Amino acid sequence: MNDERVADTPHVVVEDLVFRRGRKVIFDGLSLTVPRGRVTTVMGPSGTGKTTLLRLIGGQLRPDSGRIWVDGEEVARLSTRRLYALRKRMGMLFQTGALLTDMNVFENVAFPLREHTDLPEELIRNLVLMKLEAVGLRAARDLSPAQLSGGMARRVALARAIALDPDMILYDEPFAGLDPITMGQIVTLIQRTNRTLGLTSVLVTHDVVEAMDISDQVVLIAEGRVMDAGTVEHVRAGASAWSEQFLGGRPDGPVPFHYPGDSYRDDLMRGRESGND
Amino acid sequence: MIEFLANLGRSGLHWLSVLGRASMFLFRVLRAQDAVVRRYRLTLAELYSVGVRSLLIIAVSGLFVGMVLGYQGYITLVKFGAAEALGGAVALSLVRELGPVVTALLFAGRAGSALTAEIGLMKTTEQLSAMEMMAVDPYRRVFAPRFFAGFLSMPLLAAIFSAVGVMGGYIVGVGLLGVDSGSYFSQMQAVTDWREDVVSGVIKSIVFGFVVTWIAIFQGFDAEPTSEGISRATTQTVVISALAVLGLDFILTGLMFT
Repeated sequence: MNDERVADTPHVVVEDLVFRRGRKVIFDGLSLTVPRGRVTTVMGPSGTGKTTLLRLIGGQLRPDSGRIWVDGEEVARLSTRRLYALRKRMGMLFQTGALLTDMNVFENVAFPLREHTDLPEELIRNLVLMKLEAVGLRAARDLSPAQLSGGMARRVALARAIALDPDMILYDEPFAGLDPITMGQIVTLIQRTNRTLGLTSVLVTHDVVEAMDISDQVVLIAEGRVMDAGTVEHVRAGASAWSEQFLGGRPDGPVPFHYPGDSYRDDLMRGRESGND
Repeated sequence: MIEFLANLGRSGLHWLSVLGRASMFLFRVLRAQDAVVRRYRLTLAELYSVGVRSLLIIAVSGLFVGMVLGYQGYITLVKFGAAEALGGAVALSLVRELGPVVTALLFAGRAGSALTAEIGLMKTTEQLSAMEMMAVDPYRRVFAPRFFAGFLSMPLLAAIFSAVGVMGGYIVGVGLLGVDSGSYFSQMQAVTDWREDVVSGVIKSIVFGFVVTWIAIFQGFDAEPTSEGISRATTQTVVISALAVLGLDFILTGLMFT
């Protein structure tokens, strides 16, 4: 296959994905594609299984049915050895950073290099400093994870995620719980990393404004399926009532403010009747 | 009655499923044991953390247990005019029983609980997940070196416990109560059989080391990823290990000393 054809194929394809946790159905026939070299954001309300989707793409969970292809390989069918080979080509940024607490910042970023390469120490040092410089934390290399703020931990985790120069990065809620300055830094980093390294980026988030700013494609999911998908303009312009409510942050609409149940009037009347008995 | 039977069944099924998961986990840890040699630096670090750091509590406990044995043994033996046999009594009690059993109980409390809490916290903070996503197998990187370190440390710690205990008995028996020093050690040599007593004690401590480390690492791995979950797992490590050690001690004693 020549490079041009590879560039045209989607990086991730999810087809008719069904996934359950116990009796709860998380995904019910979910299908989506992630184009190569673009930023794709998967948005949806809390608890819709956005993080679960990333774990399914990374092969940490197996779908009950349906298929997921990453880089042309069906993730659930890969042997452990081939799955690990695929994971070397994908980085994942966890919401908490998930830094190894028994190592300092430098060692955390050096970790994948030490595990997967036999590079001389001097080269590892230079590579780590380059990655840390890219996220603005070269001078913080001797700090321990406990000394970092939430935003700094995420930046170190990003440096670690790009240490092996992956083709794709999965971001799990990269903006959650950050102050505006840190959020701006993370947004810029994601944008810059994607552009300069030509990566495919998959973000899952419910921070609409930040995500819309940097995305090439948006996928809105709820109730286990895709509600809307397309370019930012497309989703904004032709959005369904559900998407309009989600993107506009309106408290009531297709997703009701009140938890479904009997009518309010009937409930009150029942109380009155039982009081008369 | 039906309710009681249903609860019994549910609890039985729960424990069977835990045992199944624990066995699968053990199988994968054992399959990853080649990492112990390949990544010997990690194994050495764990040996230090699990073994060397347990030395103090093991040595101090061994000393006190030996001193108490020396004292109690003397009180009993002197009634029969056999105070000179004290060395043998202290050594046999330590090598056959107290060395392996008390070391295993202390080991579960010191190193076992630390292993559970460490692995549980790694799970809660997604460090194990992050390793998997970086194509690093936690079974090779985290579990295998820790398992081997626990397995190897236990018999060594039990041997140290017994040796220090013998010295404790000597301090009390010979130093304070006036038993003859030569008799103390010659009696010890005369009654302690290498295969019957020492090897049996070592086998016990190997089995205890295997079981306690397995329980500790599995409890951390299987812990619910919350602070309550880690707290529960740590407690369970100590409780289940203690019961397993005492139960297995009875079975092994029955098998080896009949």
